[in-house]
Amino acid sequence: MRRVAITGMGAICALGRNVEEVGASLCQGRPGIGRIESTDCSQLRFQNGAEVRGYSHQPYFDDRRADFIDRFAQFAVIAAREAVRCAGVEWTPELRENAAIITGSCVGGQSTEDIGFHEVYKLGHNRVHPLTIPKTMANAGASHISMEFGITGPSFTISTACSSAAHAIGQAYWMIRSGAAELAVTGGSEAPFSFGILKAWEAMRVVSPETCRPFSKDRRGMILGEGAAMFVLEPLEAARARGAPIHAEIVGFGMSADAAHITQPSAEGAGRAMRAALRDASLAPEQIGYINAHGTATPANDVTEASAIRAVFGAQANGLPVSSTKSMHGHALGAAAALECLATVLALRDGVLPPTANFTEADPECDLDVIPNCARPTQVEYAISNSFAFGGLNAVLALRKA
Amino acid sequence: MSDELTQRVLKVIATSKRIPLETVTIDSEFQQLGIDSMDAVEILFALENEFDISIPDDEVRTVRNVRQMAEGVEKLVAAKAAGASAGQ
Repeated sequence: MRRVAITGMGAICALGRNVEEVGASLCQGRPGIGRIESTDCSQLRFQNGAEVRGYSHQPYFDDRRADFIDRFAQFAVIAAREAVRCAGVEWTPELRENAAIITGSCVGGQSTEDIGFHEVYKLGHNRVHPLTIPKTMANAGASHISMEFGITGPSFTISTACSSAAHAIGQAYWMIRSGAAELAVTGGSEAPFSFGILKAWEAMRVVSPETCRPFSKDRRGMILGEGAAMFVLEPLEAARARGAPIHAEIVGFGMSADAAHITQPSAEGAGRAMRAALRDASLAPEQIGYINAHGTATPANDVTEASAIRAVFGAQANGLPVSSTKSMHGHALGAAAALECLATVLALRDGVLPPTANFTEADPECDLDVIPNCARPTQVEYAISNSFAFGGLNAVLALRKA
Repeated sequence: MSDELTQRVLKVIATSKRIPLETVTIDSEFQQLGIDSMDAVEILFALENEFDISIPDDEVRTVRNVRQMAEGVEKLVAAKAAGASAGQ
């Protein structure tokens, strides 16, 4: 089996328009959460989100091309461009044929669909825009990335709610490891700030009316986010041979299903995914030096996740740094795991563990070292990134410092 | 609490959870009825429709039984009535 390197990274989210900006915000513990501007929230019980503020397609796409691409897929292409540029990929016809694209998204272009449905249901119009279907489909991100770079190899999209990007990156990792692809562009993207989608989240009663405080006793729920993070994966030896930058290695991937409840998380299922990732990486729990938590800041997730971490790591959990960067970039649903994988790679590469921001008071039920509010300079060899989706579908990535 | 209001609350819970009305009483605990957090969110949605009220998230965080739920609904219905008469 081949070792797998991350040679390129790209990002756009509430914390910045590229990896450098996002990394700087993470290190400073500076949240990108504020009043939602792209949608009128006066009829909602929550007003805050983690948006890409002032976003316009214009620096990235000409107007006619943008007509064809929903915001979620625009984010996917923007992040993929940065990742491919950063990796210094030199395309050949053979490489294009042997390159894969695997993206994650939860709601896809539902914001476009929302506009179309408003036209027919509310305004009584008799037709919706003909691009509604191609803009809404969740695989549009992967499709536009393939057209952007002329990638003609295996390309698809995975939709597993809040774990989508972790499942996508994990599949891409396995494809490179096994030799099924020579290069992969993988990650996740999301743009859920549309009134109908926000109303649906409001009805779930899991969104905070103020900010996102993972593991904090006074946490009041999640904050929705948007954006994308994309990676270029290559076999480590090939990456070294061509002198590519190597930001980190992916060394393991584990999945599980709770088979329990459609929304309530299960510590057992979460624990099985963490153990599966460690087993896939041939790592012992003691070798892990940092966990990027799923950490949504809902009352249920954080207690369950803390208990799952304790079950897997035992007494070691006392001194094991765990943080939730959702406190800064929000919960970007199908992009969440990609942004969190990025935060984990930067932590390994730069030797700075990102904090759990907005933390006020310890919760005895989430008794972990959550790196409250201030980043921590620490050199770590191995880390894992947790993702636990509604529907009980869990995915955990294991990474190693390059 | 009026009997009429209580009966409507019990009926909403039974209908939403799809359990016989006679199994739901004002003294029932959610745990006894097998009502989990997602069931509770659905019941709140049904109560908002039944009474034409909006139930804030903070009001429901500590609700664990039918009596607390009915008292909360009564308070919101009274506040709505007071608001309506003040507006006349």
